[in-house]
Amino acid sequence: MTNRSSRPWYLAPYYIWILLFVIAPIALVVYFSFLDLAGDFTLENYANFFSSTYFRMTLSSFWYAFLITFISVLIAYPTAYWLTKTKHKQLWLLLIIIPSWINLLLKAYAFIGIFGLYGPANQLIQFFGAGPLQILFTDFSFVFVAVYIFIPFMVLPIFNSLDKINPALIDASRDLGASQWTTFRRVIFPLAINGVKSGVQAVFIPALSLFVITRLIAGNKVITLGTAIEQQFLVTQNWGMGSTIAVFLILFMIIIMLLTGPKEKGGALNGKAK
Amino acid sequence: MKGIIRASTAIVIISAILFYAVHVLESSSATSGSGSISVYNWGEYIDPELISQFEEETGIQVIYETFDSNESMMTKIEQGGTSYDVAMPSEYAIEKMKENDLLLPIDQSKIPNLENIDPYFLDLPFDPGNEYSIPYFWGTVGIAYNPTLLEGQTFESWDDLWNPTLEQEVILVDSAREVIGMGLNSLGYSLNSTDLGELREATDKLKTLGPNVKAIIGDEIVEMMRREEAAVAVTWSGQAADMMWINEDIDYAVPEEGSNLWFDNMIIPSTAGNVDGAHQFINFMLDAEVAAQNADYVGYSSPNAAALELMDPEVTGDERFYPTEEMRDRLEVYENLGLEMLGVYNELFLEFKMDMEK
Repeated sequence: MTNRSSRPWYLAPYYIWILLFVIAPIALVVYFSFLDLAGDFTLENYANFFSSTYFRMTLSSFWYAFLITFISVLIAYPTAYWLTKTKHKQLWLLLIIIPSWINLLLKAYAFIGIFGLYGPANQLIQFFGAGPLQILFTDFSFVFVAVYIFIPFMVLPIFNSLDKINPALIDASRDLGASQWTTFRRVIFPLAINGVKSGVQAVFIPALSLFVITRLIAGNKVITLGTAIEQQFLVTQNWGMGSTIAVFLILFMIIIMLLTGPKEKGGALNGKAK
Repeated sequence: MKGIIRASTAIVIISAILFYAVHVLESSSATSGSGSISVYNWGEYIDPELISQFEEETGIQVIYETFDSNESMMTKIEQGGTSYDVAMPSEYAIEKMKENDLLLPIDQSKIPNLENIDPYFLDLPFDPGNEYSIPYFWGTVGIAYNPTLLEGQTFESWDDLWNPTLEQEVILVDSAREVIGMGLNSLGYSLNSTDLGELREATDKLKTLGPNVKAIIGDEIVEMMRREEAAVAVTWSGQAADMMWINEDIDYAVPEEGSNLWFDNMIIPSTAGNVDGAHQFINFMLDAEVAAQNADYVGYSSPNAAALELMDPEVTGDERFYPTEEMRDRLEVYENLGLEMLGVYNELFLEFKMDMEK
């Protein structure tokens, strides 16, 4: 590494990969977004996107993605904090990660059974005296299952950043007379904020484009941008419109990455809370 | 460095072993007969025993794959890179595939069993003279319902679905043409309507169905109805037959305003690699006994007159699944409306899903 600006030869596969599988597909998506059904150049797809249907779909996608992310943080933060205090950290961590190895479809079908009118969830409700409730195909079941699916991706980065905090800093804070709450607010929270940010990225962005569980768990009563893209490509065969929605999805993702991206390299370790 | 080399060597060796194992497994399962054919069909749409029987009789190995919509099937064939020899699309898809030169003509001299088919199902407008397609199954779109959960309500009309007592009870099939078509039919319009005013009216009417809609899903409907999770479903006749097979309480009705009559047909895609094998397969499926066994298994209505004679008269006499010709006159076959109109139908369907009244 004497000359930092020259690109070493061993990075060639990486650049070829990025070019073929990241840049080229995005360029194709942008290109297709300017084509109409006959394959001619058009701006109509973009005009369509700003029509009321797609605009409201975007808003509702954002709302659900926000809800899913927010609840995930609420559950994952205390969990991760507690994990750093336990004896068998790695074992507990493994138990939280294992469900994410199971195929999404299998989990979705399992929840159809669990939330059904005659499923265990309703049996429990009936045990406490209430009548069977319609749980499946509601906003609740959708958010619940999505949170369940995304939780490991939120716990992991938060755990990592909490675990890296030097305990001496917390002791110091206590010695200097800070209360437990102040220690959390002024020391732990700022030091672990990058973990929360990467967790938010890992959850919010995929949540924007969920489509399998919108049908299986929400019965298509929740429509996200992902559902619309699937429809445009597979059923309507309007690749132009599908690509246009995808372009906006990519734009939203870039904005979110910029908003949540780390501002300082290695900030979590050097202890300079800002 | 030593560790990296060791790990890489291990990966290469394991990959080589797996590759070899796959090779051995594949070559041992292929028979030495006259090659193989690949069949591309809807899910749950053939008796698997018949595939083995065909393989034994002809020595042709069958590679079987399934699709879940006409559109995805066409997309896959259009993109090439596949060599399906036989596929089973619906009538409007056949029209479109014909336009796009995705079909090979069928040599009827190689299909002597064609004489088993009821002439009513031959020479239909989507394929005059059966140049490209041979009937496989047919059916309707209607309402499957479970009277034990409904206090005796019946379904003569599409409007019965709007009954306020059905709150959160109705499942719709996740398919634009079926649902928008049902809206059009309930207003007395044609389900092939291309009149934007009529389509708008139908969509607005569908939105008022919102409070009764439990979900809009695909093949999961069958399980939902079997387990009595829902009382009513708008679905295809064969799915209804599947439900009734397990849950005998379920009944099926085709509303009087009319509905969709559809035909699925066997075709040979232009990408076929074994055209001769494809003809043998089609002819095999038309054999009276084979078709009867298949219809028993699948539950849809068979166009095979010779097969119907071998089947249980209680099944073939059931007017819910084998409506008389007079009843069929009220039904409409989907026309290929072109990509532009298909887009309009789908946008309206999306709008309906977004704006259903809660």
